[in-house]
Amino acid sequence: MSLTSRDVEKIAHLARLGITDPEKPVYAANLSKIVEFVDQLARAKTDGVTPMAHPLEGLTQRLRADEVTEADDREKYQRNAAAVQAGLYLVPKVIE
Amino acid sequence: MMKDWEVVIGLEIHAQLATRSKIFSGAATAYGAPPNTQACLVDLAYPGVLPVLNAEAVRMAVKFGLAIGAQIAERSIFARKNYFYPDLPKGYQISQYEQPIVGRGALEIVLDDGATRRIGITRAHLEEDAGKSLHEGLANATGIDLNRAGTPLLEIVSEPDMRSAKEAVAYMKKVHTLVRYLEICDGNMQEGSFRCDANVSVRPRGAAKFGTRAEIKNLNSFRFVEKAIQHEVARQIELIESGGTVVQETRLYDSDRDETRSMRSKEEANDYRYFPDPDLLPLAIERAFIEAVRASLPELPDQKAARFVSEYQLSGYDAGVLSASRETGAYFEAVVGRVGAAHAKLAANWVMGELSSALNRENLEIDAARIDPQRLGGLLERVIDGTISGKLAKDVFEAMWTEGRDADAVIEAKGLRQITDAGAIAKAIDEVIAANPKQLADYRAGKDKLFGFFVGQVMKATGGKANPAQLNDLLKAKLGGG
Amino acid sequence: MSWHARSIAELAAALERGEISSVALTRHFLDRISGLNGALNALITVTADQALAAAAVADRRRAAGERGPLLGIPLIHKDIFCTDGVRTSCGSRMLDNFVAPYDATVVARLKAAGAVMLGKANMDEFAMGSSNETSFYGPVRNPWDLDKVPGGSSGGSAAAVAARLAPFSTGTDTGGSIRQPAALCGVTGIKPTYGRVSRYGMIAFASSLDQAGVLARSAADAAVALGAIAGFDPRDSTSVDAPATDYTAALDAPLRGLRLGLVKEFSESLEPRNGALIAATLDAFRALGAETTTVSLPSLPLSVPTYYVVAPAECSSNLSRFDGVRFGYRCADPRDLRDLYERSRGEGFGAEVKRRIMTGTYVLSAGYFDAYYLKAQQVRQLIAGEFRAAFQQVDLLIGPTTPTPAFGIGAKIDDPVTMYLNDIYTIGANLAGLPAISAPCGFVDGLPMGVQLIGPHFAEGRLLNAVHRYQTATDWHVRAAPGYA
Repeated sequence: MSLTSRDVEKIAHLARLGITDPEKPVYAANLSKIVEFVDQLARAKTDGVTPMAHPLEGLTQRLRADEVTEADDREKYQRNAAAVQAGLYLVPKVIE
Repeated sequence: MMKDWEVVIGLEIHAQLATRSKIFSGAATAYGAPPNTQACLVDLAYPGVLPVLNAEAVRMAVKFGLAIGAQIAERSIFARKNYFYPDLPKGYQISQYEQPIVGRGALEIVLDDGATRRIGITRAHLEEDAGKSLHEGLANATGIDLNRAGTPLLEIVSEPDMRSAKEAVAYMKKVHTLVRYLEICDGNMQEGSFRCDANVSVRPRGAAKFGTRAEIKNLNSFRFVEKAIQHEVARQIELIESGGTVVQETRLYDSDRDETRSMRSKEEANDYRYFPDPDLLPLAIERAFIEAVRASLPELPDQKAARFVSEYQLSGYDAGVLSASRETGAYFEAVVGRVGAAHAKLAANWVMGELSSALNRENLEIDAARIDPQRLGGLLERVIDGTISGKLAKDVFEAMWTEGRDADAVIEAKGLRQITDAGAIAKAIDEVIAANPKQLADYRAGKDKLFGFFVGQVMKATGGKANPAQLNDLLKAKLGGG
Repeated sequence: MSWHARSIAELAAALERGEISSVALTRHFLDRISGLNGALNALITVTADQALAAAAVADRRRAAGERGPLLGIPLIHKDIFCTDGVRTSCGSRMLDNFVAPYDATVVARLKAAGAVMLGKANMDEFAMGSSNETSFYGPVRNPWDLDKVPGGSSGGSAAAVAARLAPFSTGTDTGGSIRQPAALCGVTGIKPTYGRVSRYGMIAFASSLDQAGVLARSAADAAVALGAIAGFDPRDSTSVDAPATDYTAALDAPLRGLRLGLVKEFSESLEPRNGALIAATLDAFRALGAETTTVSLPSLPLSVPTYYVVAPAECSSNLSRFDGVRFGYRCADPRDLRDLYERSRGEGFGAEVKRRIMTGTYVLSAGYFDAYYLKAQQVRQLIAGEFRAAFQQVDLLIGPTTPTPAFGIGAKIDDPVTMYLNDIYTIGANLAGLPAISAPCGFVDGLPMGVQLIGPHFAEGRLLNAVHRYQTATDWHVRAAPGYA
């Protein structure tokens, strides 16, 4: 299966990755090779095989007691943010 | 030619679960904290952090499932719903997709004509709430507050079983009552603890296929649900009748303009790329746990209403009103506990009447009432034993409410005790008759209506305290006998 | 013997006897780093001041009577582990300015044990790579030949231990990222069972495959280091709630009767010199009393395509949090929200990371999910089942860690699929969540090669024991790269 520059555009948009025009055919070629490589999975006989989502099958979710364990540390956490005002993280204006 | 249209509505209700901490982190869920002070590293999606599931959220979901008679999944799966939005810090929402915790169930709603209708519930699943985007007060920017991010939500998905906006509201109210009964959600719609998305479509009556639906997002009051659906139905019918077609899309209800409009920001084709969250193992729920939760269930609204009808001979309507919240039911039963089941109807009238309007006037919840059930019962006892009339009791109630005293103290202090001394009443009647010879003559000439005039005059003379039954009897005898 | 040539046990004994303080030992390694790292580029960040302060604390703790196998012993953390107050870059421009506000559990446990962090090791960007060439901070160079790659993604961790810049280092392994660089740099590296070591604070690449481990010069040293980081962590739902064992206790157990299985699918096509090394390694194990046999795992050759569906799928989702809002790179003057996302991510991530995000987005998207993602999860199940069956017949599996020794910098970087095939022998253990270890077993063209042993779940102790016995009978692991003795 080979991917086109248009496919790359669509995927890049879903993933919110800015890709320049000259990069598009390069990624299309790379991704085509990767997809062609993984296409060999189609040969495996997997009828009736349960998909394995986790390496330690049989284990189940452990639960946490409903307790507040985290204190406010906003000032420290927001030191890594590029734009903050009045405790809010800022993004360009979103129109709904 | 106007066709006969049938409206089809399904609701997705989002109920914030009333846990102390978030669904996957130990941050607090309290409403109204300064921005981002209740957003810990997990809620902020910091690199390297991992989710750990809150046991109480699971228990609450099971409680709901049992209350709607649904199957509880012994194994359910958390999945990632991938999309980019600033209020979604991980770039995906942890939700349940293919194997939800609560399976198929149902609730019954009562329609205006008294008929009941069964509304199917497809499923209910656990997921995390998003943060909030704030647009006001910021120049050319949107501010993100992630305090709400990670608050546990139970998403309750109905079948497309409702046929009018009124039915949709009745169903939503029913769910609202239920989650508060179960104490799994505070139901505060203003704060967004309980809100819904409505899927609305229309089709020619009798058609087998559903029409194309529009999804109206984020309705946070019963009134908005009703108005938004009504508006959307009108829009769709008008569109189709003028030759257009409804497109499947997300719409937003603008309460200021009372209209729905397309949400262009969410219009582009979404491809959520759901897959099982590898950070969370399958959730296993054991039979014994389910049975323990079942045993802990409170009496449910429908059960309580039915009991009120059979135990206290209330009407279906009264029973419904008094069982609408656990607190109201408990208040009512405490009053009945004092005055006795034989006077349950009197108790019901007072709770739904004077008490309810006093609460509404001051915008209070019933557990904040200024008259507790014991005191209200004490007041009713004085009505029952004839110490005061029902009419005076209303004044006593007002005094109790504002002064915070019990009924007997108010009655004593104001000298409101009913006059039951026949001699005293007779004396008052005699004086009134003596003072109104013309009316007496007219009455005796056949003007029966003047009886009321004499009652009023005697009551006035006794400060309203004359026992009405005694007054009646004595007055009749004196006017007639001459 | 110079301090940097000594084992962890020897250093601990010297500290205990007072022959050297932790501060002096730390200074020794810091000096070595400042002399040698320029050529190697093994460290992204050197935390000299914090290291000396931590060493002083360790010395005080020892003076106060505290003991412990790592008290005062220096180490280097892969820059994928969050370190409170210290830049944690993950080898990416995206996190070049990121100072973690908390410690990863691995970091916290080593801190508690008194180990002294010297700095943060270079790595492939977000652990995506097999050569360390995808790092924003430039390639790491292999101490055995500076024109060769050290392997990846824990390339800095492996090169640093090989160059003796620290007695041990931490690493992470999603498809071979500890074992492959360990093999190419001539050190010992172990990837524990999935769930044995907490993933909390380790920046996620592919959550169902990622596992933290250690790189050291010997199995004995690795056993000490692994013991400090293994164990249950309530902050990681996938961490296994079982007590960690003392991996040093059984190191010396004899190998008599140990059943080793050579994987048929990987032994048939071996390059002859690699094959000869594996044959000689099997001889050495037999001489130690092990029995060897051949076992077949017919689906194992599909492990690389399976991995290149599962890992990109998970990474495409895991890396969505890097959006320029709360931390990390943010593009200049975004026009609107979409521009903020697309440019921050487009400029902040390198080419390989973008390739993998796009691959993962593609295999999860509508219309492709069943054919790729679901199919890969099914093949993953087949592979795990074949491993289970194999461990009915043998105790441990054995084979080469890599198909070839270290290759030239730049040789494979333009061809992703060829690069991916470097991990053909290592990926199976990640898919099945199994513990696996790589240890030096000889040289090809003067470059080190590794032997890999894979065990059933929670067999770390057995793996370390087998390699330790092998290392008592051979000396591949004590050879130093020329110029780094």
